[in-house]
Amino acid sequence: MQGAFIEHERMLSSLDTQSFEIRKASDFTNKMDGLILPGGESTVIGKLLRELELMEPIRKAILGGLPVMGTCAGMILLAKNVIGGEAHLACMDITAERNAYGRQLASFSTEAEFGGVGKIPMVFIRAPYVVKAAADVEVLAEVDGKIIAARQKNMLVCAFHPELTKDTSVHSFFLSTCNG
Amino acid sequence: MSEQYELNKNLAQMLKGGVIMDVSNPEQAKIAEEAGACAVMALERIPADIRAAGGVSRMSDPKMIKGIQAAVSIPVMAKVRIGHFVEAQILEAINIDYIDESEVLSPADDLHHIDKTKFRAPFVCGAKDLGEALRRIAEGASMIRTKGEPGTGDVVQAVRHMRKIQGEIRALTALSDDELFEAAKRLASPLDLVKFVAKNGKLPVVNFAAGGVATPADAALMMQLGAEGVFVGSGIFKSGNPAKRAAAIVKAVTNFEDAALIAALSEDLGEAMVGINEQEIALLMAERGK
Repeated sequence: MQGAFIEHERMLSSLDTQSFEIRKASDFTNKMDGLILPGGESTVIGKLLRELELMEPIRKAILGGLPVMGTCAGMILLAKNVIGGEAHLACMDITAERNAYGRQLASFSTEAEFGGVGKIPMVFIRAPYVVKAAADVEVLAEVDGKIIAARQKNMLVCAFHPELTKDTSVHSFFLSTCNG
Repeated sequence: MSEQYELNKNLAQMLKGGVIMDVSNPEQAKIAEEAGACAVMALERIPADIRAAGGVSRMSDPKMIKGIQAAVSIPVMAKVRIGHFVEAQILEAINIDYIDESEVLSPADDLHHIDKTKFRAPFVCGAKDLGEALRRIAEGASMIRTKGEPGTGDVVQAVRHMRKIQGEIRALTALSDDELFEAAKRLASPLDLVKFVAKNGKLPVVNFAAGGVATPADAALMMQLGAEGVFVGSGIFKSGNPAKRAAAIVKAVTNFEDAALIAALSEDLGEAMVGINEQEIALLMAERGK
């Protein structure tokens, strides 16, 4: 819809995985094994989800078990509670703070451990982080004591952008949770 | 390349598929955010008014920019005059998300652009051909936009610039390696950037359309011509129903190939900005800064 979807598509094709873009309600009727909510501006993507009548079908599919990965803005879209903005799909039991690190001059990159994967490069662009997570949310990565990747059932979120580095391990990790 | 430069290019990647709107006060900024803008450009006078008023046009009052930063959660950009590195230092000091070194303002230096590699804040610059785009990138720009002709509501120049840039990129991809030295000379651009474009068939940074976009159809036209997103300046707040037009342009950019949807979006938008044709313009802003 809006944001860094081409980068995800390239990442997936490098992992021999087919993908297609969802820009309107009719695109969402195609068969899929998993869904990626990319980075971008959550205000824009949330508004487009609502007005292009995608919000309800996507929410139902996620609650029905469709594997989903949300990166940066995608984390905001999935969070049940959002600080500094409104909730959108509101499926995952986390509280996420928008632009938690500040403006662009506070954007940064680093390396950190990602649960079950090892140390990977992470790029944070005006990024959010998880302020609070329910008991059954598994924390996958932390940087400076802040939760920046987590999983609950079929939902995986990262505050950073795995699609912006050459490291494919987060995408591989997500694909391993998808059927087919 | 520095880590900050990579992060700055990355932010532009996040803006892709989006619409960046000119706003001159916090109220307009909120309308733009609610309409689905992925960023706003804070400036005291939109290009159409700058054109009408004449005189020297400068960076906006930092206080006004801060008011807009406080009003919205999306990235805030602001313009500096070409070559005016102190205006850029000021914007960096107030924590701006993107600096537009812009031909819309009166140039401060008729020869040199800002050495953007000296800044941590990201820069977007206008270009009307591939050579200009690559020279700006060499100077440190992390995002490019077509110049178009700002404040006219006439899309012809944005189309010309986008077609020129895309055509020159396609031409480079057809050259053999030993022809790229001459191409770099002709484009007056660094060889490494020319080689990158020849190999990848695209600029090394995100490329948006700007200048004269007034309708959802204009925005979709620019996207179909290869823009990765759209700046809309005077087109929104000089029109009859800014909120509705802004939202329609956002949706047209997302679904830029869906003619049925764009038809529906184009209904009942109220009056578009009147605009002026390029032959009627006394001042060609696109000729500033080459």
